[in-house]
Amino acid sequence: MIQVNKTGLYSTIQDLGRFHYRDKGVPVSGVMDAVSAKFANKLLGNDENDAVMEITMTGPELEFQVETLIALSGAMISPTLNGKEIYNDEVHRVKRGDVLEFGKLTSGIRCYLAVKGGFMTEEVLGSRSWYVSLTEFSHLEVGKTLDIKEFKEIVDLEHLPGADHNFKEKEITVFKGPEFHLLTEDQRKQVLSGIFNVAKENNRMACQLKQQLFPHKYSILTSATLPGTVQFTPSGKLIILMKDAQTTGGYPRILQLSEEGIALLAQKRTNDEILFSLQE
Amino acid sequence: MNKFKLEYRAFGPRALLIEWPRMVNEEVLNDIIKFKKMVEEALEGYELIPAYNSLTIISAKEINHESLTSQLKDIYRSTYTSAKVQRKLWHIPVCYDEGFGIDLEAFSMEKKLPFERIVELHTEPLYTIYCIGFLPGFMYLGGLKKTLHHPRRSTPRLKIPQGSVGIGGEQTGVYPQESPGGWNIIGNSPVKVFNTEHENPCGVSVGDKIKFYPIDRDEHKLITIQVDANIFHLKTYELDDTGK
Repeated sequence: MIQVNKTGLYSTIQDLGRFHYRDKGVPVSGVMDAVSAKFANKLLGNDENDAVMEITMTGPELEFQVETLIALSGAMISPTLNGKEIYNDEVHRVKRGDVLEFGKLTSGIRCYLAVKGGFMTEEVLGSRSWYVSLTEFSHLEVGKTLDIKEFKEIVDLEHLPGADHNFKEKEITVFKGPEFHLLTEDQRKQVLSGIFNVAKENNRMACQLKQQLFPHKYSILTSATLPGTVQFTPSGKLIILMKDAQTTGGYPRILQLSEEGIALLAQKRTNDEILFSLQE
Repeated sequence: MNKFKLEYRAFGPRALLIEWPRMVNEEVLNDIIKFKKMVEEALEGYELIPAYNSLTIISAKEINHESLTSQLKDIYRSTYTSAKVQRKLWHIPVCYDEGFGIDLEAFSMEKKLPFERIVELHTEPLYTIYCIGFLPGFMYLGGLKKTLHHPRRSTPRLKIPQGSVGIGGEQTGVYPQESPGGWNIIGNSPVKVFNTEHENPCGVSVGDKIKFYPIDRDEHKLITIQVDANIFHLKTYELDDTGK
């Protein structure tokens, strides 16, 4: 068990997502930055789909009630174990009574805490990802305990090279979305050569961009959307759907991010610059 | 059987979109649902999302759009004989009481229709589910009578209770969970079409039909208790594969 002493801004349990219920309107959910989350699991020899804790901007205070191994990857939030500084992308042994805390955010915004064997919290429709209305909790609450396994074996901790994931990178690889062809020559230029800033409307459902393109009057009959779909609203706004986004929408889908693109965007904060690089 | 001219479009590295002509009608929907069934039988491991005039095919891995498109074209050209689609009609109870239908009075005045007439008009049609999205279990229904078409409220409410039945523009539907919303609320249904406690959490599928029937406050209370105890079963009827 892990006991939650403080919650941090917004911490949730996530695996890679909830699949095969999208035709019933169930969002995929899952880790926003799959590159970092998979790396944290890999360090511990876990399955890549094992549930991890996604920690956003400020960290929780967690007290371990069993001995195990942990690893952190993604955003740097100055983690400490019993007050002593520890580092991302390394394996750490924790003992009963150890306290993990976080400090100042120095890079990225989402950090992943993996524990040996993964979080054993409730599974709903084939996934442990928290989502409001489906799972008992939608974010960490003080006093809550989270189920994890005990792991006492002595192991040779294999050293892995760090995840190749540079949060400073501005260029996000995109593919044409199904309605890319609706864009005028001017709108294409705006999208593909412009530099955009992340707006403050940025959460697990969607990331909006500050700049507006020329307005338009296209609409489509409601149809499927995916995490990473870039929607183009009539007023000219670009909305990039993220993991908790609804499964359908009526705005033209002009671009589509890859999983790596979503992972990079998931580490951007308000005002950060991004640009789209179209892969044909 | 009518075959439509379909458009196949890449939708990122892991998905492909198939589009039918832009029309909202049963003929297109039937064709989508049959094609979906055939794809499910022929290809394994994809998620298929039908909606109004589209079918989106999603893979967990990167796909080769060209070869998948040609596979799909072959499937679409083949005959329909093997694909049996089970479609259902669901009877859903709604309490059209002012206690639940917080916009009933305003709606009745603006439309110049007495309450009873609104209930009659709303419970008469067999609605068709054209899409499920927005929220888990939220059905986009077609078939609302023109007399009941009514614009969305100018300011959406922050909280609409679970089960609320509303009208927004040409659409009607049930909010499967508490959520923000701009529809005019005319009643409440005590049943949950989406329930994670059930082995099959959402019985309704795109292509199924819905008929609402009126209940009073006492019945609403009783059904709510039965739903919570997991002993309420929605009435369903089998339809043929053209949805009749």
